[in-house]
Amino acid sequence: MRLGPVDEIPFGEGRAYAVGDDMVAVFRLRDGSLRAVSAVCPHAGGPLADGQTDTKVVICPLHLHAFDLTTGCSTTGAFSLNVYAVHVDDDNHLVVSPLVPSEV
Amino acid sequence: MTQRLVVIGNGMAGARTVEEILARGGGDQFTITMFGDEPYGNYNRIMLSNVLAGVEDEAGIFLNDLSWYTDNGITLHAGVRIERIDRFAKMVYATDGTATPYDKLIIATGSSAFVPPITGIHRPGRGYHQGVFVFRTLDDTRAMIRYAREHERAVVIGGGLLGLEAARGLQNHLSHVTLLHAMGHLMNTQLNERAGRTLQATVEEKLGIEVVVDAMTTEILGKHQVTGVKLKDGRVIPCDVVVVAAGIRPNTQVAADSGLVVERGIVVDDQMRAQDEDDIYVVGECAQHRGALYGLVAPLWDQAKVLADHLTGTDPQAEYHGSQIATKLKVAGVDVASMGLQEPAHPDDELLEFAEPKKGVYQNVVIRDGRLVGATLVGDARKAAFLMQAFDRGLALPEQRAELLFDLGGPSGEVSVEDMPDDEQVCNCNGVSKGAICATVQSGCKTVTGVMDKTRAGKGCGTCKGLVQKIVEWAADGQVEEDPAASWYVPGVPMPKPELMAAIRQYELKSVSSVFAMLVPGGAEDAKSKMGLASLLKMMWGDEYVDERDARFINDRVHANIQRDGTFSVVPQMKGGVTTPAQLKRIAEVAEKHDVPMVKLTGGQRIDLLGVPKEKLPQIWAELDMPSGYAYGKSFRTVKTCVGSDFCRFGVGDSTALGIAIEERYQGIEGPGKMKLAVTGCPRNCAEAYVKDLGVVAIDGGKWEIYIGGAAGAHVRKGDLLATVDSADEVITLTGRFLQYYRENANWLERTYAFVPRIGIDRVRAIVVDDSDGIAADLDAAMAKSVAAYRDPWKERAEPATPGQFRTSLPLIVLPQVPVREGVS
Ligand code: SRM
Ligand SMILES: Cc1cc2nc3c(=O)[nH]c(=O)nc-3n(C[C@H](O)[C@H](O)[C@H](O)COP(=O)(O)OP(=O)(O)OC[C@H]3O[C@@H](n4cnc5c(N)ncnc54)[C@H](O)[C@@H]3O)c2cc1C
Ligand code: SF4
Ligand code: FES
Repeated sequence: MRLGPVDEIPFGEGRAYAVGDDMVAVFRLRDGSLRAVSAVCPHAGGPLADGQTDTKVVICPLHLHAFDLTTGCSTTGAFSLNVYAVHVDDDNHLVVSPLVPSEV
Repeated sequence: MTQRLVVIGNGMAGARTVEEILARGGGDQFTITMFGDEPYGNYNRIMLSNVLAGVEDEAGIFLNDLSWYTDNGITLHAGVRIERIDRFAKMVYATDGTATPYDKLIIATGSSAFVPPITGIHRPGRGYHQGVFVFRTLDDTRAMIRYAREHERAVVIGGGLLGLEAARGLQNHLSHVTLLHAMGHLMNTQLNERAGRTLQATVEEKLGIEVVVDAMTTEILGKHQVTGVKLKDGRVIPCDVVVVAAGIRPNTQVAADSGLVVERGIVVDDQMRAQDEDDIYVVGECAQHRGALYGLVAPLWDQAKVLADHLTGTDPQAEYHGSQIATKLKVAGVDVASMGLQEPAHPDDELLEFAEPKKGVYQNVVIRDGRLVGATLVGDARKAAFLMQAFDRGLALPEQRAELLFDLGGPSGEVSVEDMPDDEQVCNCNGVSKGAICATVQSGCKTVTGVMDKTRAGKGCGTCKGLVQKIVEWAADGQVEEDPAASWYVPGVPMPKPELMAAIRQYELKSVSSVFAMLVPGGAEDAKSKMGLASLLKMMWGDEYVDERDARFINDRVHANIQRDGTFSVVPQMKGGVTTPAQLKRIAEVAEKHDVPMVKLTGGQRIDLLGVPKEKLPQIWAELDMPSGYAYGKSFRTVKTCVGSDFCRFGVGDSTALGIAIEERYQGIEGPGKMKLAVTGCPRNCAEAYVKDLGVVAIDGGKWEIYIGGAAGAHVRKGDLLATVDSADEVITLTGRFLQYYRENANWLERTYAFVPRIGIDRVRAIVVDDSDGIAADLDAAMAKSVAAYRDPWKERAEPATPGQFRTSLPLIVLPQVPVREGVS
């Protein structure tokens, strides 16, 4: 799904988007790369797009659980996040693929 | 060729056994695969009681996080349950449809909560009735906390260790807890009747938990959700939460279905091998060894060691002979320890008994053939360590038997570190001996935290931390080292604050990203360090600081404090706690217009508008047209004042005017921690100045006393007197100088109540008041620069500082809403 322009997201920060029925937090890391994970913290519903990031993790602002942005796994023992594919199209707009249920 | 080792059950026994195997070099002998029904790594189940009681964080109870498995080459299937074992084909079958072959299999499926057959406890087809919980897993605990918070009365069924800990923990979340016990007295498995009754009195009087014994619960009441429970004698106890802690049942179904020998547990021999099997082993609560089942962790550690010795060939003949068990209740303020027999069981057994029911004390020891075979300590467990040792090791007992319970001026019950035998267990949660701690120290790890990380000693319930520290000190022979990371300013940059500041100055690092790039080997960013670095750089560079917004915590990005539902709170400045009717009207109008869910007077003498959505913040600031109160930052917060000499008949100084002047000058100054101040008009101290980061007290004769390092939050400390001065101007100067000294020298998040005692009040006074180091003028100048750089952040509203600064991060889903208080009119 095509979202807004990538410039909507300042470097190092995240913004939340609706992607189909999912809420997705898209982060633009300081090295310019993009990551997209579920926007709602599985711990107690914290807004992950408001979290702080480095090149590996995002930290939820409410109770500081940390999540690997590439795998979605929590490094502090919380449930995992969904990970979405994200890239920028020719027009510099974000494109996030909705989650395909993985083959069982 | 490596063998395939499969472990069913990723709990305390399963993971511990794997650790023991790895410690014996088993990583090269086995390819290890683990299955766990719970969707996590291995956590310390014992600590769930502390999580419920709110004294431990969820994140703090993990023993093996997911990276531990990867690092050790273990394939973990978390959240995957094994349904069946094919002993002949040597395969295990999981609920996700996969089949996994093994050469050796370990079953460590633990137990589940036992739920007695009570009418109405289940909802057909939907699990437990709404409001009914058991207490076994992290998920149980989370669900219980979430539900309890929104309800008021809980009933706990079961008055054993688990039930007592559950009842105590629930008190943290709701107001009324009743404990029902089907037997005649509490903890009847461990305690005799007199001990149980003494405990009951303490639990009722000291903790305020209502206890009903001989209480058989026959029915759970309530159509849609729990409304009460009914007892056999007809009594009804109204409640909206029910927690069942009536015992445990070993998880043996998979073993039984697969044809293993199962009685009460899965039957094993002395090598923990399942009966009649060559390649299947069992450890933990699901194992039945010589007729015994265990429900505590200490025996599991012994079993894990034997099994690891055997499987890795370190000692193929290792045998487990059963464990002596001792229990301790983990309820703060209620000491209970028990081991072995509750009462004499043999005509020749000696009994020593002491009771002081008014003080809640009951103690006994049971001796057979000169050896301790049982002990109970209720209300005073000071002798527990010594008695456990005597019980466990069969030590010779003192001639004067009374010395077992009392200090008679003879040898004291406390063992000195030197005299402790090497194999004595120090950490009873994680089964770490004195010898293991010493060996770790000898292998070169000389920090207390390092030894704790490596051995896990002290990482269970924490009661042995002091002893661990003593042993490390003793073993290191005075060479204990500080954990280097403990001295770093932030975890991601390996430098203490003075070096870090020197390097920042030397290389002129003015942005957080440049600090990582220049000062971290490899240049890696660290999310956890950003906020502390941003604060430091801003303090050091003032206007020249290059403000990268991602370095800020969300509160500082939007100048408001985030709430549990993702909304924010708005606290306007109200200097010295003084307001005007016009200001109050404006606040009222804004609150009304925007339907602000709660308007509250804070403990800092101002008004909090809570529950404001992020996107509304700029508009609300504009309408309030008041400066920010900085209630969200690690910054100067408020100056509380009292009415002082203008109105109060006791006032000897104009505390209100001075408080306002201080707030006017130092508003918004950022620092390593919050700075909360107060000025009070006489030593009656109505503004609580003795317990503030900096508190000023007017005293007779026109003088002012300045106290620093006080606190009345999580820590309570009376401030130290810094100086007594003659004028308000001097107060303002010394305040600025002290705060600047604190800003430059305190560690990140170190409040003044820790900082002042660390430096020492005499040293602080020498520097700040007497200028012993000749830096007073610099401190004053640096503070003046910060003061001049102050800009009200709420003026940053016409244009967002970054795209989407105030865009909601929660567009769709309804979060747990902070409840709106009704009827406050
Ligand atoms: C609003 C208020 C409670 C109230 O309704 O009265 C409050 C609310 C919070 N306090 Fe407080 N504290 C409030 C007065 C206090 C006081 C009393 C005082 O300031 O006179 C104390 C004891 C003094 C002290 O700071 O030691 C106090 C000690 C704490 C602590 C414990 C600090 C410590 O190290 O001991 C925390 C936790 C922390 O800082 O990590 C805390 C943290 C919090 C936080 C910020 C928790 C958080 O991170 O969300 C709460 C923010 C709610 C919000 O968004 O507004 N609050 N808090 C008070 C605001 C005062 C103000 O106007 O600025
Ligand atoms: C709140 C609480 C407080 C406690 N306090 C103390 C204390 O103070 N002191 C003390 O000594 N003990 C205490 N205990 C008891 C202690 O936690 C247990 O003795 C210990 O956890 C048992 O370890 P285990 O590995 O045998 O079982 P568990 O830790 O329960 O682990 C078994 C694991 O196997 C999984 N599993 C089960 N079946 C399958 C399957 N078919 N497939 C895959 N996985 C499966 C389960 O989900 C579970 O994760 C306490 C227990 C609780 C609940
Ligand atoms: S401290 Fe109390 S008594 Fe003293 S001036 Fe203030 S209000 Fe009056
Ligand atoms: S809500 Fe994310 S850490 Fe608690």
